[in-house]
Amino acid sequence: MKLAYYPGCTLKTKAKNLEDAALAVLAKLGVEVHEMPRWNCCGAVFSLADDDLIHQAAPVRNMIRAAQEGADTLVTICSQCYNTLARANNLMRSDEEKRDTLNRFMDEEPDYAGELEVLHLLGFLRDHVGWDVVRQHVVRPLEGLRLAPFYGCTMLRPTEVAVGGESATIFSELIEVLGATPVQWAAAEECCGSYQVLANPEGANLRLKRVLGAANQAKADALVLSCPLCEYNLGTRQRHVLEETNELSPVPTFYFTQLLAIALGVEPEVCRFDLNGSAALELLTQRELVAVAAS
Amino acid sequence: MAHIPNPIPAENAAAVRKISEISGENIYRCMQCGTCSAVCPMVDSMGFTTRQGIHLLQFGRTEEVIQAKIGEFCASCHTCMVRCPRGIEVPRVFEAVRQLTLRQNIDFIKPGEIPKETFDEAPQITFVSGFRKLTS
Repeated sequence: MKLAYYPGCTLKTKAKNLEDAALAVLAKLGVEVHEMPRWNCCGAVFSLADDDLIHQAAPVRNMIRAAQEGADTLVTICSQCYNTLARANNLMRSDEEKRDTLNRFMDEEPDYAGELEVLHLLGFLRDHVGWDVVRQHVVRPLEGLRLAPFYGCTMLRPTEVAVGGESATIFSELIEVLGATPVQWAAAEECCGSYQVLANPEGANLRLKRVLGAANQAKADALVLSCPLCEYNLGTRQRHVLEETNELSPVPTFYFTQLLAIALGVEPEVCRFDLNGSAALELLTQRELVAVAAS
Repeated sequence: MAHIPNPIPAENAAAVRKISEISGENIYRCMQCGTCSAVCPMVDSMGFTTRQGIHLLQFGRTEEVIQAKIGEFCASCHTCMVRCPRGIEVPRVFEAVRQLTLRQNIDFIKPGEIPKETFDEAPQITFVSGFRKLTS
């Protein structure tokens, strides 16, 4: 298996905490990954209009770059990149007419027919590294932490690209491997409000209240996320709804890669908890999973 | 045999065709069970439910669906699609409705009016996805 690692724009800026922790984890696990020397925007959302092929060019071009490097597998961490790339890849595999049009449109590139495997880091860890191997590397089990997995739409839907299969258990499996307790709760598979935070912030607030309410009810210590947009809607924006009501309690948010990194003994500084909001690091220091001086 | 009138007004036939062309979906498979409305995270913000939206689209009454902001407020979470017992890719249907507006160069949001705080805090994918879905 030859891996190409596609980071995406957000992991280089607002979600450095997602990427830096992930790369440290892969190094601990002895998995060699190289960032693709050339990559472009994935498109962020898969184009749903049947007559709109132009927006498939960006994700397909990334796959062509990876194939040119000799890779057979493309791994990405951002759930939105994963969803967009994996669906464009499926389109190139299954729709002969659209594949032909796109290949002719990009005639400066080699033809592509979906030869790559597109994987999300979580799926890669489970199916190619293996939970047993991850478990063997855990040096600081996250005992006592009650973690609520929040999958995010782009990791679960549509079913053809669901990370770890349709049943949505992969996050809970990871949480168990790390020695924490996965919380069974009502909002694990729901929508965070997505880009509608721009057009309909009130609608996004309703989503956030619903998720916080469910997390409070399940007595979750924190939410575990994989998508930077979920992190913004459910983490950064919490203060807006908490100002409006005293019926909800704040819930810290983590990327799964950060918790994985702490459990595997990566230095907390690498995990960039400064980008999470203060509650996240406070929770870890309070539970003595991170030394107090770390930031 | 009694004459059964075609319930789709002749002047709406083009609208029905347009939705089917852009979405690639057959909206007449919908049996009005309402599952899509029950699972929709944004239904509270819409003028009426997604089930009602599809019913109106079956008669080519696209303008009413646009006014109810169903396409505009769809978050493309795809929950309706995975639950639809008739196998309709519902997000594609409302994407088609959204496109009817966007393809007239009408935007749903004005990027210049987004608060600076949002630009400072929100990740890039918010804007790339938001501008792709909500601006022409």
